[in-house]
Amino acid sequence: MDDTERIVMTGIGLTAPNGNNLTEFRQALLDCRSGVSHAEIRYMGKQVAGLCDFDEFKYQSKKLRRRGTRAGSISIYCANEAIADAKLDWNGLDKSMVGVYLGITEHGNVETENEIFEMHQNNLDWKLWSPHHNPRTVANSPAGEVTLNLNITGPHYTLGSACAGGNVGIIQGVQQLLLGEVDLALVGGVSESPQTFGIFAAFAAQGALAHHEDPTKASRPLDKNRNGIAISEGGCIYVLERLSDAKKRNARIYTEIVGYAINSDATDFVNPNGERQVECMHKAIKKAGLKVSDIDIVNMHATGTGTGDVNESKAVRDAFKDSDKTFVNFTKGHIGHAMGAAGALELAGNIPSFDDGVVHPGMNITELDPECEIKNLVFNEPKLVGNINYILNNSFGMLGINSAVIVKKYRP
Amino acid sequence: MADVRQIVIDIISDIAPDEDVTNLDDKLSLREQLDLDSMDFLDIVMELRKRHKVEVPQEDYPKLATLESCVSYLSPKFA
Repeated sequence: MDDTERIVMTGIGLTAPNGNNLTEFRQALLDCRSGVSHAEIRYMGKQVAGLCDFDEFKYQSKKLRRRGTRAGSISIYCANEAIADAKLDWNGLDKSMVGVYLGITEHGNVETENEIFEMHQNNLDWKLWSPHHNPRTVANSPAGEVTLNLNITGPHYTLGSACAGGNVGIIQGVQQLLLGEVDLALVGGVSESPQTFGIFAAFAAQGALAHHEDPTKASRPLDKNRNGIAISEGGCIYVLERLSDAKKRNARIYTEIVGYAINSDATDFVNPNGERQVECMHKAIKKAGLKVSDIDIVNMHATGTGTGDVNESKAVRDAFKDSDKTFVNFTKGHIGHAMGAAGALELAGNIPSFDDGVVHPGMNITELDPECEIKNLVFNEPKLVGNINYILNNSFGMLGINSAVIVKKYRP
Repeated sequence: MADVRQIVIDIISDIAPDEDVTNLDDKLSLREQLDLDSMDFLDIVMELRKRHKVEVPQEDYPKLATLESCVSYLSPKFA
């Protein structure tokens, strides 16, 4: 394949509840260090949540942080970190050929809730409704804040794709690079969800909000006693380029994106459909020109809900029944569910495996749910498996959106 | 009697926390001395309403141009 048709990743910027760069994040995953804690949620009191502690003012003024949103702040941090990591000649770059494509689960709930709360605190005085509400809540807002911060004049938008957002952002960037619409893509996903009461209340109403007296043990996908989702914030933005461009500037290449798929369950608003998940994984593998036994690591979406984990476990068993060497892990035990950021963050956590040959474990399984048993499931302890060539990253979301991204160990 | 000058400075400090507000010239326009844009002035109006129940109609926004004009315009509303 021509180098202009190969898309590679040359920079990573991230913030997760347990790390503010790839090195910290990877080590926390290997050490089974949780980033989930307690947070005070409006009306509801103390709840389990995953919050990030990156420096909001490393790349943004206090005034613009105040004017924007938490999702924008996370995006700006991750984008700047990714660009620095990629060692780009940023000033010499044609910014009109840079695109920003960020996946989001939702956007605007935080600001809307805040405004309504303020209005209620002030005798329903609607004239106190902020003029910043519209620019803060338009759906392109987090990606737009990145362009304002970095003076990017190419296209920007978000991809509203529920909890598949991180993967969908990556896929959009790959497609735009292949189309020649941009020369450089900042892609990934972002979440500010713990700042909104409504998401907590809605998961609680569904009986799907994680709880445990020790918050670090609350998010426990595939465990027999799991009781729901730990809501987290976070972000992960990648620099993607065509291989021809990356080679020209002698860039370090983390990995090559070789396959992807997005499909729809067409089944239910919230309950997943395992058959469609299998189809999605197989479609991505086919697009990459691979067979299932070529995949070395599968990162499960595994959120910690009762039916979601059972469905996906069966889907992964079915999808990889013909492979004995595919290892399976998950990430939400460590960081909770980072919503729109989940897909991109979880992929990042596995990328160092290409170099160290280790599969990081999923954590917090005390008693594996028999319905979630999967061949070669790696949990509670890292596993050295040696040469790793392909990673498949699953991310699924409400309304039945499924996504899978396959990355390959880079070889010239 | 409320210290209107200090009230306005306190609001500006919250809206534009990166700015140094210690040596402002009362007669010079605030926008000449500080990195403030039209949205910041909307925020000032909003905070006056929220914190002090003082309403500034849109046609009076130009009266917030300098610290001196702020004091002269707002003082009767704080009386």
